[in-house]
Amino acid sequence: MKVALLQGGRSLERGVSLRSGQRVTEALLDLGHQVDVMDLGPDLVGRLDSSRPDVAFIALHGTEGEDGTVQALLELLDIPYTGPGVAACKRCMDKSLAKYTLRENDIPTPDWVTYSEAAIRDFGAASTFAAAVEQVGLPLVAKPASQGSSLGVKVVTDLEQVPGALITALSYDDRALLESWVSGRELAVSVLGGETLPVVEAIPTESNAYDFEARYEIGAASFECPASLGEAETAEVERVALGAYEALGCSGFARVDVMLAEDGPQVLEVNAIPGLTETSLLPQAAEAAGLDFEAMVQKILDLSLDR
Amino acid sequence: MRSSAMRDMMAITARPEVISLAGGLPDTSTFPPEAFAAEMHRIEKTAVAEVLQYGPTEGSNLVREQIVEVMAAEDTRVDAMDITVTTGGQQAIDLITKVLIDPGDVIICDAPTYPGAIPTFCSYEADVRQIEMDSDGMRIDLLEETLETLEREGKRPKFIYSIPTFQNPGGVTLSLERRRRLVEIAREKEILVVEDNPYGLLRFEGEPLPTLYSLDGGNYVVYLGTFSKILSAGLRIGWLVTPTPIREKVVLGKQAADLCTSTLTQDFAGHFFQSGRWREYVAELVEIYRTRRDTMVNAMAEYFPHGATWNKPTGGLFIWATMPDVLSSQDLLAKALSRNVAFVPGPNAYVDGGGTSSMRLNFSGVKEDEIIEGIRRIGQVAREQLKLYETMTSTDEMRLPPSTPPEEDAS
Repeated sequence: MKVALLQGGRSLERGVSLRSGQRVTEALLDLGHQVDVMDLGPDLVGRLDSSRPDVAFIALHGTEGEDGTVQALLELLDIPYTGPGVAACKRCMDKSLAKYTLRENDIPTPDWVTYSEAAIRDFGAASTFAAAVEQVGLPLVAKPASQGSSLGVKVVTDLEQVPGALITALSYDDRALLESWVSGRELAVSVLGGETLPVVEAIPTESNAYDFEARYEIGAASFECPASLGEAETAEVERVALGAYEALGCSGFARVDVMLAEDGPQVLEVNAIPGLTETSLLPQAAEAAGLDFEAMVQKILDLSLDR
Repeated sequence: MRSSAMRDMMAITARPEVISLAGGLPDTSTFPPEAFAAEMHRIEKTAVAEVLQYGPTEGSNLVREQIVEVMAAEDTRVDAMDITVTTGGQQAIDLITKVLIDPGDVIICDAPTYPGAIPTFCSYEADVRQIEMDSDGMRIDLLEETLETLEREGKRPKFIYSIPTFQNPGGVTLSLERRRRLVEIAREKEILVVEDNPYGLLRFEGEPLPTLYSLDGGNYVVYLGTFSKILSAGLRIGWLVTPTPIREKVVLGKQAADLCTSTLTQDFAGHFFQSGRWREYVAELVEIYRTRRDTMVNAMAEYFPHGATWNKPTGGLFIWATMPDVLSSQDLLAKALSRNVAFVPGPNAYVDGGGTSSMRLNFSGVKEDEIIEGIRRIGQVAREQLKLYETMTSTDEMRLPPSTPPEEDAS
């Protein structure tokens, strides 16, 4: 098959995307496909239009690659692509919208409030911080509404830290969430073709804040796959994760990040296009299910053509 | 190892639309193509087999002789036999660390220090202690305090790493008095000083100061040099000047690392320096960089927010700027990248996450109009963040203590 591999882009996750792209390219070549690697740039549409690939493999993370921009273009060009469609991308990329959607579908997710930079700058929203903290509770997590990875995330333990944490979060996006901090076990549930893969548990090695660093650096967090969960626990985690995947309209694949708290699982976010690097969680989960990297990539391709 | 998040964010700077004030790039665009062609022509006629062959690990004799000349231009006399040619200055840092440091050994360095030295020191598991600088470079009083503290802990630093002239990233120069005192301390306490001097010849104004090596005579000072900033970073030629016992270990270390530095580029550089044309070339670079420094400093005065501070280096490639302390340079970088401009955030120059509101800005590798535009965008982003912070902290419901305590009423 003739595959256009889209990687890089302009998001802060460009570096991760290049690594995902490189790994997927190797796999595609091993599978015998013809691969045309493309970065996002002024020549993107021209190149896609002239090469007319059978399918576009999207190994982009973050804004533009994961938020529906590229997907909408591919639809215009009538080129099938991997991963979720435009609307699902938008819902997943916007953490606030995702959480509203989850709530509407009775999927548990921690309490939160959302602030836009404009509301704070122009409408005096800062006077609601105390009320927001009361509503969400302390500690809380301030995070940008639309960054994949953990860039710009800060834990807040005191009302006075809210402005600083919001400045950080708003450096990565023009909207930010204050979300209730839920303690528990950090689980990643990868979904491939509408079915859950074995659950991965992230066990941070250094601190309890599972950060960007741990996510991509070998050895910074240790992962257990499958996570040691009871049968009922596993079923509940999978039910919630699959519910989130469906509620947000994902297709092909996704990774649902879940916090397993005392009173059950809570969905933190859904990654529409999870990392596909050597150390990423989706490939680990696929491996545990008996699918090696190449088989996983082929399956993702097949799913995109079935749609 | 340093943060992967930062590395990933910096991946964007490779895109053509980004104005990168983050690099440490010399401007190589003015190197005369005919001089390049002449060297290549000479090689073609006389040295093809030679330059395609391995060379001595310690470097070619020609290059070592030329290094003696280049160092003499800074009144520093060395014996060619004490020189080991390295693959860029970075390998010189790596080799000296490899040779001298066992895990847990203490290295003392400037605060902030060269961001590229930190991963090297950390990969050999050194215990890095940083000494604050002021406008006269490393504060020797704080160095002495640290040495006393270490002595009480029963530790002896293996070496003191410093860039005394046009420091990277601080832009400051160690004063003559402090140079003398530093060399004295090294002798008294028998501690090695590793003097890294990539920028000494790039002086825009003022009188040159003696190198630490020349003040010490090469007893306790190891000297690191490079052609990267005065000729080409792409040729990858640096060097180490060390006393004989250390040199032997350095040569063994280099043998293990890469056998020898590229014979081809050594031949090119050696003959170029032998022709003497480098003096004129460096003089041209100094003119270009001085103009760019002025452009950057003027742009900062125009666009940076009230409360930001910076220095005006008298040479080198970098300006160190500090924003009001409520701003984090890492946050600022994220936002600046969304406007296609990059810089090095301060924490990259510290082992302990210091320098949170500071940034390193490079002026040598960027044209004037881009310097102005880059500084304008950084200033704009900083102002926006400051304004937002003020808005958040000035409402009655969310009043916070000011970032600096108000002055006490004296009455």
